[in-house]
Amino acid sequence: MSHYQITRADRPFADEFMRNPMGPASPGLQRVLNRMRTDTRAGKYVLITDVPYKQWTLGLLPPNRGVPVERLDDLVFDDRLEAERTVFRLRWQALTGEELSL
Amino acid sequence: MSAGDLLGYLDRWSVHPGDTISCRVSGTAGDPYQANLVRTIQGDTNPDGPGYRQEHIPLDLGGPFMAQQQTIETGSFAIVDHAEVLAVDNAVSIVATIWPTTPQRGRQTLFSRMNEDASTGIELFIDKSGALTAECRLDGTIVTVSTGCTLLSQCWYRVAVSHDAIRGQLHVIQEPVKLHPAISDRGYGVAITPVGTSPFDIRAPLLMAASPPNDSNDRYHYNGRIYNPYVLSRILVDSIPDRPTVGDHLVAAWDFSIEIPSQRIVDVSGNGLHGRLVNLPTRAVAGPDWDGSCHVWTHDATHYGAIHFHDDDLYDANWQESFRVDIPANLASGVYAVRLERGRDTFHMPFCVRAPRARRDSDVVFLLPTASYMAYGNNRIGLDVPETELVCGRLIELTDQDIFMQTHPELGLCFYDLHNDGSPVYYASRLRPMMDFQPGFIGKLGGAGSNVWQFNADTHITGWFDAIDTSFDVVTDEDLHNEGVDCLNDYRVLVTGSHPEYYSASMRDALDDFIERGGRMMYLGGNGFYWRVSPHPELPGVIECRKSEDGIRAAAPGPGEYYASFTGEYTGLWRRNGRPPNTLVGVGMVAQGFDRSSPYIRSEASNDPRLSFMFEGIETDIIGDYGLSGGGAAGIELDAANVELGTPHHALIVASSSGHSDLYLVTPEDMLDPVPGLGGSEAENISADIVFFETSAGGAVFSVGSIAWAGSMAWNNYDNAIAQLTYNVLNRFLNNTPFNITPSSSKTEILP
Repeated sequence: MSHYQITRADRPFADEFMRNPMGPASPGLQRVLNRMRTDTRAGKYVLITDVPYKQWTLGLLPPNRGVPVERLDDLVFDDRLEAERTVFRLRWQALTGEELSL
Repeated sequence: MSAGDLLGYLDRWSVHPGDTISCRVSGTAGDPYQANLVRTIQGDTNPDGPGYRQEHIPLDLGGPFMAQQQTIETGSFAIVDHAEVLAVDNAVSIVATIWPTTPQRGRQTLFSRMNEDASTGIELFIDKSGALTAECRLDGTIVTVSTGCTLLSQCWYRVAVSHDAIRGQLHVIQEPVKLHPAISDRGYGVAITPVGTSPFDIRAPLLMAASPPNDSNDRYHYNGRIYNPYVLSRILVDSIPDRPTVGDHLVAAWDFSIEIPSQRIVDVSGNGLHGRLVNLPTRAVAGPDWDGSCHVWTHDATHYGAIHFHDDDLYDANWQESFRVDIPANLASGVYAVRLERGRDTFHMPFCVRAPRARRDSDVVFLLPTASYMAYGNNRIGLDVPETELVCGRLIELTDQDIFMQTHPELGLCFYDLHNDGSPVYYASRLRPMMDFQPGFIGKLGGAGSNVWQFNADTHITGWFDAIDTSFDVVTDEDLHNEGVDCLNDYRVLVTGSHPEYYSASMRDALDDFIERGGRMMYLGGNGFYWRVSPHPELPGVIECRKSEDGIRAAAPGPGEYYASFTGEYTGLWRRNGRPPNTLVGVGMVAQGFDRSSPYIRSEASNDPRLSFMFEGIETDIIGDYGLSGGGAAGIELDAANVELGTPHHALIVASSSGHSDLYLVTPEDMLDPVPGLGGSEAENISADIVFFETSAGGAVFSVGSIAWAGSMAWNNYDNAIAQLTYNVLNRFLNNTPFNITPSSSKTEILP
């Protein structure tokens, strides 16, 4: 679990991610991603496959086994990269309190 | 493929023509479903791949069938079936030493003996507050008493319930084995019960770690260890003796250090009240007497007199047979599946058909890595492990099968999961529906692209055989373990799967023998031959692995618990057992990462005349900069040559990969001293090697050292340099001309 605090100084890495969500990431962007992607299980963003290799709906992992995965039905993607960018924005706002207008 | 409530499993994963296979199916009761036999050729459904292919086998399996709803009961327990001898007149005490692991997880039964309608009997359990509680039922009158003291997790306690029918008293006692300063965890309670009747004066079995079946469908399974349980026909009021003494009103005493590999618990009181275990609780675990002086339970089992029960243990789903399939005598060897269908819902139950007994139909044998399929079976890597997204470098994709597994945890666990109490999973069984052992399944760790894993990734190889119009026989890991090298006799070339990670000693011996006899082996994967596993010598379909000391693992075994309960073997890395993968195939695991795969670059040594057969039709030095598993041929899990770990001195490193991302990290066993620079962009040993060497009996070994290799073979409909190189090797290996091991003038390149 990363305890790195994302700040305004990391903004260039957000730009980098939006340009190339699948990497390879620079060391600075990787540090941001390490923080974002090591959330605890409960409430962690995942993609729910609607049509294999074609369409996904964003979802949230539940805290325990046996509990259904929550679907966020208004967040449907037919582009994996756009899904990555959307989750990055959501996490950026949750971790910094600032909306990422990219 | 879908994930509804139509699913099933087979009693075996390998048959000969003429054999019969038993199918156990569950679905919505009364719903009709159809069953067909299909041959699996290529299971990757990625539109960029070569296309999903299976062949329908025209065989009437007897359907349509009417579905029967069958359930799975997880949770291990012990049962003493014939407990009638537990006549204790007017006094009874049940005593044990326990190590609870989830005392705050709700009611959990330690001991239960109840008559059929649960009106009379006695139970000792942990209540919802985590305190030890006793309950006595006498003709429907229920008396409960608790110590009121919460048990600490992972601490040993002596516990007892005692009933005095003459005085009409129920006692409960809770004593920590070691004092915990400032913690009130020693407790005692007493309650009044009707006089003159004993709750033990019934005909009923005695259960440990669960209650009998009841209307609530909750058997209150216990998480934790029980050690040295016994029954006395006398009262214990406020203290518990350390040890039971024969003659001191001893009625039964179970010594769990006896017959550890078995599913029997032995009563040493002399009254013959032996019992049995259900759903494989973990044996050969440390008891309160373990003091670090013994690490091998076969040397001194008295240190290992505890059993660890889990509410999510599962050995055999125990479903009733739904129908049988008689395998036609003329069916060619291959990878098949019984496909269940109801409307658009399908569920596949794959298995291997071998060549007829004492016959070979091909010079090539494909070794289906079923031990590794079991090790990963129904893994919850995408559901339970938040770090999976981090190591993959992208969001986790959950499929219908994952969603189903999330709400059906009763499908059971594997070596990549943790039990509900956080302890490692040591046993993996195939006697249950396997959601991920199906063609079409999308994995988690298979790299960007197709993201296939284990079985479905291996269909990239079976699809390649079809693409090059080459017949092959199939043998499974289980066959190899049971029959040894005999099941490989007369095959010239053995081809592995993409990730044959788990090997028993018998399996490893068989492959060593195959090589020593001049067999040719094509290891088309990565991180192979890594963990030592122990199949149970008697129980079918279950293997054990304790990931001792190091290696990449979900959890570490407890101290002193590195030896398999099934066999007494040390089941850590094969490297720790003195037989690194390098000694078999010339390469061994060095790193993993799950984002992008890389190409290989040919070495100077690839121009050696010994390899003149290998590069025909291949003109570039960079090979495999494409693929369905991460976009390159070298990726996911990487193996490299290392002469210090047993790579033969005359081995040639044909090509090596480079340019891996920092999501690739070295293995723990190679990271003796953590220092910066252990990622793919800096660590020089993060590289996959293609290795070739001849053997003294005229055979040879070709290893690619990468899980992603097969995904590149399948790229562009199997028309590419990786597929060509693999074909060139197969073609030469099928040629009966012996390989010569005469020294070459070229330099052998072995990485440090």
